[in-house]
Amino acid sequence: MANSTDYLLAVEGLTVSFDGFKAVNDLSFYVDSNEIHVIIGPNGAGKTTVLDLICGRTKASGGSIKFRNKELTAMKEHQIVKAGVGRKFQNPSIYDDLTVFENLEISYPRGRSVFGALAFKRDAAVRERVAEIAEMIFLADHLDQRAEYLSHGQKQWLEIGMLLIQDPELLMLDEPVAGMSVNERKKTAELLNKIIQNRSVLVIEHDMKFVEDIAHRVTVLHQGKILSEGSMERVKNDPKVVEVYLGH
Amino acid sequence: MTRTLQGRLFGRIDGDIAGILLLAALLVIVLPLGLDIFRLNMVGKYLTYAFVALGLVLCWGSAGILSLGQGIFFGIGGYCMAMFLKLEASSPEATKIQSTPGIPDFMDWNQLKALPWFWEPFHSLTFATVAVVAVPALLAFIVGLAMFKRRVGGVYFAIITQAFAAILTILIVGQQGYTGGINGITDLRTLKGWDIRTDEAKLVLYFVNAALLIGCILLCLYVRRSKLGRILVALRDKEDRVRFSGYDVANFKIFVFCFAAALSAVGGAMFTLQVGFMSPSFVGIVPSIEMVIYCAVGGRLSLLGAVYGTLLVNWAKTMLSESFPELWLFAMGALFIGVVMVFPNGLAGLYQQFIAPRLGRLLLRTGTRAGAPIIPPHTAAD
Ligand SMILES: Nc1ncnc2c1ncn2[C@@H]1O[C@H](COP(=O)(O)OP(=O)(O)OP(=O)(O)O)[C@@H](O)[C@H]1O
Ligand SMILES: [Mg+2]
Repeated sequence: MANSTDYLLAVEGLTVSFDGFKAVNDLSFYVDSNEIHVIIGPNGAGKTTVLDLICGRTKASGGSIKFRNKELTAMKEHQIVKAGVGRKFQNPSIYDDLTVFENLEISYPRGRSVFGALAFKRDAAVRERVAEIAEMIFLADHLDQRAEYLSHGQKQWLEIGMLLIQDPELLMLDEPVAGMSVNERKKTAELLNKIIQNRSVLVIEHDMKFVEDIAHRVTVLHQGKILSEGSMERVKNDPKVVEVYLGH
Repeated sequence: MTRTLQGRLFGRIDGDIAGILLLAALLVIVLPLGLDIFRLNMVGKYLTYAFVALGLVLCWGSAGILSLGQGIFFGIGGYCMAMFLKLEASSPEATKIQSTPGIPDFMDWNQLKALPWFWEPFHSLTFATVAVVAVPALLAFIVGLAMFKRRVGGVYFAIITQAFAAILTILIVGQQGYTGGINGITDLRTLKGWDIRTDEAKLVLYFVNAALLIGCILLCLYVRRSKLGRILVALRDKEDRVRFSGYDVANFKIFVFCFAAALSAVGGAMFTLQVGFMSPSFVGIVPSIEMVIYCAVGGRLSLLGAVYGTLLVNWAKTMLSESFPELWLFAMGALFIGVVMVFPNGLAGLYQQFIAPRLGRLLLRTGTRAGAPIIPPHTAAD
């Protein structure tokens, strides 16, 4: 096995058990710089749990997660974010009571301490960056709108935008196109291909067409373990994968 | 687009400032002209609860942290002030008939022979004034640190604050010799030689209180307009999203809880000054819940609403308990249920829904002129 220092993210022997049930079991995988890595697998395979572990939402029972050779398992959530890991939740998680502008502004990586936030000024740099991101996520005309009134797809984009504005080195997306129309999916794929420059993306997705469009590498998870790994081509033709996942 | 954004911001600033000016006019012109000193003093007393309600607007309304123990901070603020006043009223000459002259009367009755150590610094007005804000803020900090860092929130937090309110009441009542017990600290007379019991003093204190209240409203407005204010709203809604945007959420909750505690304490100190005593009956569970009701009736999302709600509920309480004292508790319960079930945003919500749309254009037009020169603090918001 290659030396883990070459990778942006190195997950090794990762295990978590909930009351004895091992949702993730001795899992190892690696993400390269500038790679779109997709995790697929049946419902309950432990995909979301893997992201929870990486971003610090769930504490690992064992194993290690190294991001740029820094051990994440010992860090607090906000420190992991500051280290350069951004995470999108499975259901769009945005602030309904705030406008699109304010949603993006809160995610802008400045004034994150209590007094920093009190003294925060909405200056030209903030405005420009918000405008730039809004343009990218197709919401430039909605900046003043309360986020509550966005469509489901727009909410997903807004949350992606909230991550982009932090400029994370590793972006983790949990089912970004779930519930989207065909047209919205296409735009999302376009968006992901645009934002892949200078960063890695870890995506969980069920939509095979979408996965084929974007994936550089695929990991198939089943009952907390890796079932198969490699290019989409390889994984698709792996009989084990066909049996437990693609078959139905 | 930027233009409409700014237009909206300024529109909002003008609306808020116009509202504050209107309240200020009511408090410092209309009421003093229209009420005799007895009633005015009573309004002054009600307004001290409005400080608590303001704190709740930020803590509960903005950040979604319901504290059922704000009486703790109101009470401690009031006690800090009362301790200073009591020491001034207990000079050796004034207390020479006691077996130990020079200590507060209730200590003498409880066979204390010397002033307890923690009373000593309250000889200084400066110390007492700082303590009014610092002690409750520190206590809130400790409680907040213990709770929020462990991610205790919601109903659990509310219940724990309630338990603290009960504990503090029991402590005050039980430690008679140190605290004055159930009667509290009474018979307060002068502030640096100035008799606070006269009508003139009551009038002056009323205005000081009103000015402090307006000052606190502006401070709250500044906080709400800052990015911190928006983060509070954000974490009420999606705490995890805020956390995974790089914020240490607990620190923000601790801040707003301490801020609300400090505001409540200012109210408590002004209560002591205006009413002339402080007792555990303002500390416990029932007064704490009443304070939440003031805020709920006014509208927990509106600073001004909370002030009007406080005035209205207290006025109703006085009216009702003058004629049917036993009815008040039931009325209060009914009021709370009514507000929660039917008008979750209180008076302010009703105003927003029915009156504001009609007044809107008018207010905005006059507001542009009246509001423009006094904008400075919150231009930070745009
Ligand atoms: N906090 C938790 N406590 C107990 N069990 C949990 C917890 N989180 C997840 N699980 C369990 O772990 C397993 C994996 O869940 P996970 O959400 O990671 O699946 P998933 O692969 O994301 O599925 P889906 O495709 O439905 O989103 C499930 O059986 C789930 O019930
Ligand atoms: Mg999932």
